[in-house]
Amino acid sequence: MNTTTINGAAAHHDHDHDHAPAGIMRWLTSTNHKDIGTLYLWFSLFMFFFAGALAMVIRAELFQPGLQLLQPNVFNQLTTMHGLIMIFGAIMPALVGFANWQVPLMIGASDMAFPRLNNWSFWLLPAAGTLLIASFFVPGGAIAGGWTMYPPLFMQGGIAYDMSILAVHILGISSIMGAINIITTILNMRAPGMTLMKMPLFVWTWLITAYLLVAVMPVLACAITMLLTDRHFGTHFFDAAGGGDPIMFQHIFWFFGHPEVYIMILPSFGIVSTVIPTFARKPLFGYVSMVYAVASIAFLSFIVWAHHMFTTGMPVAGQLFFMYATMLIAIPTGIKVFNWVATLWRGSISFETPMLFSLAFVFLFTIGGFSGLVLALVPVDIQLQDTYYVVAHFHYVLFSGSAMSIMAGVYYWLPKWTGHMYDEKLGKLHFWLTTIAFNVTFFPMHFLGLAGMPRRIPDYSLQFTDFNKIASLGGFLLGASQLLFLYVVIKCVRGGEPAGNRPWDGADSLEWTQTSPPPYHSFVTPPLVK
Amino acid sequence: MPVSVSTPVPVPSHRKLVKKLIAVVALSFAFGFAMVPLYDAFCYVTGLNGKTAGGAQTGIFGLGGLRSRAAKTPPSSIDMSRVVTVEFTGTVMPGLPWEMVPLTPSLDLHPGELHQAKFRVQNLSDKTIVGQAIPSITPGLAAQHFEKIDCFCFAQQTLAPGETKELPLTFIVKPEVDKDIRTITLAYAFFNVDDTKSVNKDQVSR
Repeated sequence: MNTTTINGAAAHHDHDHDHAPAGIMRWLTSTNHKDIGTLYLWFSLFMFFFAGALAMVIRAELFQPGLQLLQPNVFNQLTTMHGLIMIFGAIMPALVGFANWQVPLMIGASDMAFPRLNNWSFWLLPAAGTLLIASFFVPGGAIAGGWTMYPPLFMQGGIAYDMSILAVHILGISSIMGAINIITTILNMRAPGMTLMKMPLFVWTWLITAYLLVAVMPVLACAITMLLTDRHFGTHFFDAAGGGDPIMFQHIFWFFGHPEVYIMILPSFGIVSTVIPTFARKPLFGYVSMVYAVASIAFLSFIVWAHHMFTTGMPVAGQLFFMYATMLIAIPTGIKVFNWVATLWRGSISFETPMLFSLAFVFLFTIGGFSGLVLALVPVDIQLQDTYYVVAHFHYVLFSGSAMSIMAGVYYWLPKWTGHMYDEKLGKLHFWLTTIAFNVTFFPMHFLGLAGMPRRIPDYSLQFTDFNKIASLGGFLLGASQLLFLYVVIKCVRGGEPAGNRPWDGADSLEWTQTSPPPYHSFVTPPLVK
Repeated sequence: MPVSVSTPVPVPSHRKLVKKLIAVVALSFAFGFAMVPLYDAFCYVTGLNGKTAGGAQTGIFGLGGLRSRAAKTPPSSIDMSRVVTVEFTGTVMPGLPWEMVPLTPSLDLHPGELHQAKFRVQNLSDKTIVGQAIPSITPGLAAQHFEKIDCFCFAQQTLAPGETKELPLTFIVKPEVDKDIRTITLAYAFFNVDDTKSVNKDQVSR
């Protein structure tokens, strides 16, 4: 087996320099899946902090009623860009980063199927990110109509609106190319003996996610292309003055938008399904049912989109269909939660940082799932549409769901990626601070929403003050705790206890047969899986 | 535990798979645009989008609101057993310096009765401006049973500087309207015709 010497003091991506140019050109021209995975992860961490900083300003403004720091238009820009950047700039690239690092290692492939395409997929992202950030500084400021970009408001903005359309187009192209690359890698490059049903669950979830991306990103491209032509080229897709229909945008957008939320959560399911068996020291309970559950969640995601639109005046039959279809998703999701819990049953569990994040994921994501069931009920949803209850719901599935599973994955694989153990004490501190601060921030939002506080408004009635103060304080703590995360990651990259090939004694997938960090070119000869 | 094998493994063709995947991308891009006529057809059948009778058939991009025609059939009967409230609202879109007020905020009527409602519009600017009203009905399912006998929205309206006009609307709510519908809202949005694209003008002047 191929081995390399590990230079403990060097940066974690700094080994086995063969064939790679030095300095910045190494990163610009790299076609190595590990380099590109690292780039994706750093990019998403940067965007996570940028969009997180926007959220800090939002919480500062909402600390007390009245307008303190911001004009309403700026507040709306912040909420819009926080959502847009967190989704397209932080969570999606982070998960693609995991796919780049882990998919080839876990299936015993030497690299991704199309290394050059991979390079291009990544380097489109900084261009799009720059466009999005730059849009704050153009006349009129960034887009302010919500990340969903609904017309007619979206028709009326300035140049920032066109910049954002272009940025989302670029992000979409990057995602589609990344997805094609991932599907081809998984279907064509598995090590001999690794049948589909022997693949690690993380690889399965990414295979299905990549299919979702290929199917729905073009639909988003459609929707925003129509926005662009409506704005500048005289079409009337959504312009009521020309006989168009703004509601139609919502249908097309959410046909993309609902599968999109599963694009952000399915790989997270994969990470958690990898971490929990490792630290419970038991194989995953119900592997086959897990695969089918992921597949049926992906299928159902295509037929529930209008549950985002119950208040647009849909006939009762339509409301009932989308309500029941939405509630159906609870079944495969329930199967997954059951399997995770059953994996823990009688396991010999230890509570390292990745496990803590995964256990918190199971618990908190389930809360988010339940509030999703509440929102699926038409009569309830009509009351709660556009209130803080919805904000609480999607932060429970996106922060304690996607983001915390990403953190679990980072702690789990950091020893493999860098060759060093992270600081376990600081990691646990980061976990507890994050989990407590997260709940302090977002749990009160359920109450605010039930009491009727609308979202995307910089001011509120006096009776909402207490819960908003609590949420803001929690928010600041949550933001500050992530600096600790950054510190732990940098500390681990720069050095630490050598990790050895297999730091987790319960881990059994292929990447742990490699050195830590793995050689620049791993699995040059494919392993044989029995 | 896996072991290394030295013999090269035959790799299935990437090209074939990528071609299929690109076909999926192209298909779903096409599907996104196909949703436009599909949506119009669907709305025409169901009245989902609140466009009044005869609307969506006039064009694939739903230019119907501009060319809604007067209903031809007289009311079959008057349903005295129930009362439907019809509410009127009017909005002036940005770029049109007009004011629009419904003189009849709401009407209680029996389905099948012929009624008239009036709106007052005033040109607040010192220029002559041509405007066009676009109607929308909520709930959408009521739209196909809401027949306008005569409406100011059938034509463009020209207002001289400072001019005030009273615009009438004659309509029937057909007795076939669903029993669960007790309130119907008719909303007008006035657009500046000079602002909107030339396509519109052709549509209306015909």
